[in-house]
Amino acid sequence: MKVLVIAEHDNTKIAGATLNVVGAAQQFGAEVQVLVAGFDSAAAATEAAALAGVAQVVSVDAPHYRDQPVENVAVLVARLVRTEGFTAVLAGGTSFGKNLAPRIAALLDVAPVSDVVSIAGVGRYVRPIYAGNVMVSVESDEPVQVLTVRTTAFAAVEAGGAAPVRDAAAGEDLAVSRLLGREISKSERPELAAARIVVSGGRGLGSGDKYREVLEPLADRLGAALGASRAAVDAGYVPNDYQVGQTGKIVAPDLYVAVGISGAIQHLAGMKDSKVIVAINKDPDAPIFQVADFGLVGDLFETIPQLVEGLGVNQ
Amino acid sequence: MKILVPVKRVVDYNVKVRVKSDRSGVELSGVKMAINPFDEISVEEAVRLKEAGIATEVIAVSCGGAASQETLRTALAMGADRAILVESDAELQPLAVGKLLKAVAEREQPQLVICGKQAIDDDANQTGQILAALMGWAQATFASKVVVEGETLRVTREVDGGLETIEVKLPAVVTSDLRLNEPRYATLPNIMKAKKKPLDVIPAADLGVDVAPRLRHTQYSEPPTRKAGIKVADVADLIAKLKNDAKVI
Repeated sequence: MKVLVIAEHDNTKIAGATLNVVGAAQQFGAEVQVLVAGFDSAAAATEAAALAGVAQVVSVDAPHYRDQPVENVAVLVARLVRTEGFTAVLAGGTSFGKNLAPRIAALLDVAPVSDVVSIAGVGRYVRPIYAGNVMVSVESDEPVQVLTVRTTAFAAVEAGGAAPVRDAAAGEDLAVSRLLGREISKSERPELAAARIVVSGGRGLGSGDKYREVLEPLADRLGAALGASRAAVDAGYVPNDYQVGQTGKIVAPDLYVAVGISGAIQHLAGMKDSKVIVAINKDPDAPIFQVADFGLVGDLFETIPQLVEGLGVNQ
Repeated sequence: MKILVPVKRVVDYNVKVRVKSDRSGVELSGVKMAINPFDEISVEEAVRLKEAGIATEVIAVSCGGAASQETLRTALAMGADRAILVESDAELQPLAVGKLLKAVAEREQPQLVICGKQAIDDDANQTGQILAALMGWAQATFASKVVVEGETLRVTREVDGGLETIEVKLPAVVTSDLRLNEPRYATLPNIMKAKKKPLDVIPAADLGVDVAPRLRHTQYSEPPTRKAGIKVADVADLIAKLKNDAKVI
């Protein structure tokens, strides 16, 4: 068996999610190679080669992979699978991986498996369905296993490898799509999906200004990433990439602080694997309290500043 | 421009699903069903493109049992012009649905397919990408804005770091994200009108596609439920608990 991990990168750096995907790939106990398809992407390839447990990095460097259009990358991966005999292809359960993996699978005429949280062997997986309210065991005899893996379910590999980087020929440029621009939120805070502490706000904040005024000092004090419920995103308090939940980001930090979030099942689906959950809400019957380890019933506009002050005093 | 909108009948999003006692599946008998919310957004987008004079015809299509006619009627009531049911009582997995939709697309020759980014039952998030690959078309997934510009689409996508805008050549597959639009409620007159709109039923077997499931779902279970913890008295109590008991700060 030979596993190919599709690296997510910006031609310079490997995304954190890829470290977890390599961690998942190691569960097969087989050779793991990492594909870095990009343009002027030697730096990313070098970084991938330094990951522990990687046997080889396949570098494909051509202008039509600069922004990694999914159509071009899928054709390339399908060719690599056919010519080099890979029997599994793994990508992260990220917007990048979810966009790409089913397209690769269809080109290979195999059924992909999404959002795998546990790998018991080749073709033996567990994945969540119904917004994480049900877990299903999946068996697949497909000759090529194409998976996306939930990154929070697998430990990230560390640096410490020294794999060779080999060049492979570019595939066809289908030229059917091109990137016009990205509006990527810039933040000094930790990345939401990988943060140790997440402070998340909901409709209870009342406005985008209040969201920032109340939650930013708390996040600063805790060194936390900021998240939000769908309701807060829909109301325009924060951009879409803050959303935690079934259709947003899945997080599993050591500490999740839900502020003014009622706790719809779609939100719980995105955070209920957190180690410790704190809920602060003025409604004592809010469903969020049913999953919270520590619940504080109270007005968030009073309690959060007190919390910020209290944390300062004690540190 | 003809638009094809695949729709799926799923358990209503308000229903708390339960696993059957023998763990062979999810309890569906007597459960309220509805159109997949992301597909509803897709129907809305297609109907808006028709109202804007860009689309000429909106065709809703569903792959599934006879009960999916109900889902198609919902799409018709929202403004789709006609509907096609690819009827099958067998389990249809995303790869099979992709192949059935390809067969329908080859008959209907749409310029654009808009489908939901995922169904809220299996949460697979695969069908649109699979269809695009099988057709050899461009794909624009997780769309929050779609603008038709002649022979191309300009699509804003919701991605992990924020938003990105891509241009794709038509024909193409778009998959809808939550913020693409807010679907309308079907009015009573439109619900009545929808009953008279054409709904063709094609047996899946007539499309000459291998729809045998490739994956076996061997066991369903409910994840360990998190127990409610304790209510703390005040902020000082909370800080003490987090430091001394949970040791997370």
